[in-house]
Amino acid sequence: MSVLVYIDQSDNHVKKSAYEVLTYGAKLAAQMGTTAAGIILGKVNDNLAELGKYGVTTIHQVSNERLNQLDTQVAAKIIADAAQATGATVLVFSQNHSGKAIAARVAARLKAGLVAGAAGLPDTSNGFVVKKTVFSGKAFANISINSPIKVIALNPNSISAVAGEGSATVAELNIAVDAPKVTITAVNKITGEIPLTEADIVVSGGRGLKGPENWGVLLDLAKVLGAGTACSRPVGDAHWRPHHEHVGQTGVQVAPNLYIALGISGAIQHLAGVNRSKIMVVINKDPEAPFFKAADYGIVGDLFEIVPQMTAEIKKIKGIA
Amino acid sequence: MKILVCISKTPDTTTKIAFKDGNTQLDENGVQWIINPYDEWYSLVRAIELKEKDPSTIIHLVTVGGADCDPIIRKALALGGDEAFRINAESTDSYFIAAQIADLANKNGYDLIFTGKEAIDYNSAAIGGMVAELVGAPYLSLATLFELNGQTATITREIEGGEEVAIVALPVVMSCQKGMAEQRIPNMRGIMAARTKPLQVIEPAAVDTLTSIVGFELPPAKAGCKMVAADNVAELVRLLHEEAKAF
Ligand SMILES: Cc1cc2nc3c(=O)[nH]c(=O)nc-3n(C[C@H](O)[C@H](O)[C@H](O)COP(=O)(O)OP(=O)(O)OC[C@H]3O[C@@H](n4cnc5c(N)ncnc54)[C@H](O)[C@@H]3O)c2cc1C
Repeated sequence: MSVLVYIDQSDNHVKKSAYEVLTYGAKLAAQMGTTAAGIILGKVNDNLAELGKYGVTTIHQVSNERLNQLDTQVAAKIIADAAQATGATVLVFSQNHSGKAIAARVAARLKAGLVAGAAGLPDTSNGFVVKKTVFSGKAFANISINSPIKVIALNPNSISAVAGEGSATVAELNIAVDAPKVTITAVNKITGEIPLTEADIVVSGGRGLKGPENWGVLLDLAKVLGAGTACSRPVGDAHWRPHHEHVGQTGVQVAPNLYIALGISGAIQHLAGVNRSKIMVVINKDPEAPFFKAADYGIVGDLFEIVPQMTAEIKKIKGIA
Repeated sequence: MKILVCISKTPDTTTKIAFKDGNTQLDENGVQWIINPYDEWYSLVRAIELKEKDPSTIIHLVTVGGADCDPIIRKALALGGDEAFRINAESTDSYFIAAQIADLANKNGYDLIFTGKEAIDYNSAAIGGMVAELVGAPYLSLATLFELNGQTATITREIEGGEEVAIVALPVVMSCQKGMAEQRIPNMRGIMAARTKPLQVIEPAAVDTLTSIVGFELPPAKAGCKMVAADNVAELVRLLHEEAKAF
């Protein structure tokens, strides 16, 4: 009985979401009276022993370079084999782009009950009950996993990574690596942008910005905050902003510490994708905009006047000239 | 070319979610049911486009659910698709549902299995990956583009902070999202034709259920929005910095 955490990597570096799941796995192991280990596929440039500071004792690595390109079928077989070889009974993934695909495969392979989109640690006082978000963030469900092996995929940004002292033993796992069936021919990263699902702060614009030529005020604010940028669906549909910025029920779901909505009315489908944000701020000229009901802070006013002032004030606090 | 499109019934996106029976059941009072938007707008329409290009293509639809799913699957048939299967079982366990679909897929043999990127009710995004594992096929999730060249597919999928292009030999399972196709509205001819298209109700395979719902919760109500005057932007920024510690 132990916990095995999948450590996601890209561009030869461990992803930020991996620190969260390592923290989660270590806490869960402590709760269960056992230990947590990590598993990483492929080669990375990071010092893996340092991941011990998140509370895991061992990092299992399959450092076959072929695994740096993701084929979920190959990855799932290795992780399932590793779980069996190490006696892991709970597997933890991030519910991020690759994590959710692999977690589902591993769960099916091990015939393990899956909770995908977990919002916190399980309640193990009587069984094994995990809280997850449902109805696109409009509610939570408490799900009991009834199988001996359990798989949890944790929503990004739902717990904070906690780094302490400690170092992990890094051990190469000798597991057969199947030939991939998927060949990746191109990777196009959007450079100079903070991936939305990993951003601590998101600044988002709606139709209230009137047109793509007006995005400068929003981008300036995002820049001083080091924020990711997002938009409402009509803005994405009108190609004012790229599709991947569209947040909401039918777009990307985000849960940053701070979500700033500029000229967005706050339709139920929009809120569904952003209401897991810790703090929501709304700038809207219409005092009746539904977003004010969901937000924590708000100003009724013209965003074109208010946003540049916000940027200037934040610069003052941060000491940026 | 044989395509299986997975169809899920979900509450309409405007639904105000409420629960009943001590928070153990969704209160279905007043809920409008729709085809899960990702299934309808993207995976089904892409399958239809493939059939328009190659009329010998066969599209099967599958849903796992009770008789209340029939209007949804008929609507999907009205958009396109040749034949539908409803596996007559109610379940919220992803493994149970995926195993039913995989069982049908293993019997019928498909070149392509499409799902939406997730269902907007349980948001697990798990069925595609599970079906892929159970039929032993590759799985490309969050796909935005799909091109077919004979028995090989070129699929563009979203990754964190970008996209990647993958080439894969069929069979393959793919979950679809925005970019894959444009939403269509069923026309009268489609609706008439759907009435006579076969909808087979089949009994579920014997499969274990691995999870169960203990209960639901609504998020705690917000304390209310702190309003700041439009001529006092500095105060808003101060609150965000000092009170909310948000930056
Ligand atoms: C099935 C379905 C799924 C959907 N999914 C999504 C989704 O995933 N995401 C999403 O966002 N939407 C989604 N929608 C659309 C949603 O219902 C709304 O139409 C949309 O969110 C509105 O976008 P908006 O707030 O940018 O525009 P509007 O509703 O037009 O609001 C613009 C706001 O800007 C304010 N404004 C105007 N000028 C200024 C100014 N100078 N200063 C300050 N404020 C100003 C206005 O007061 C108004 O409140 C979906 C709809 C459907 C039917």
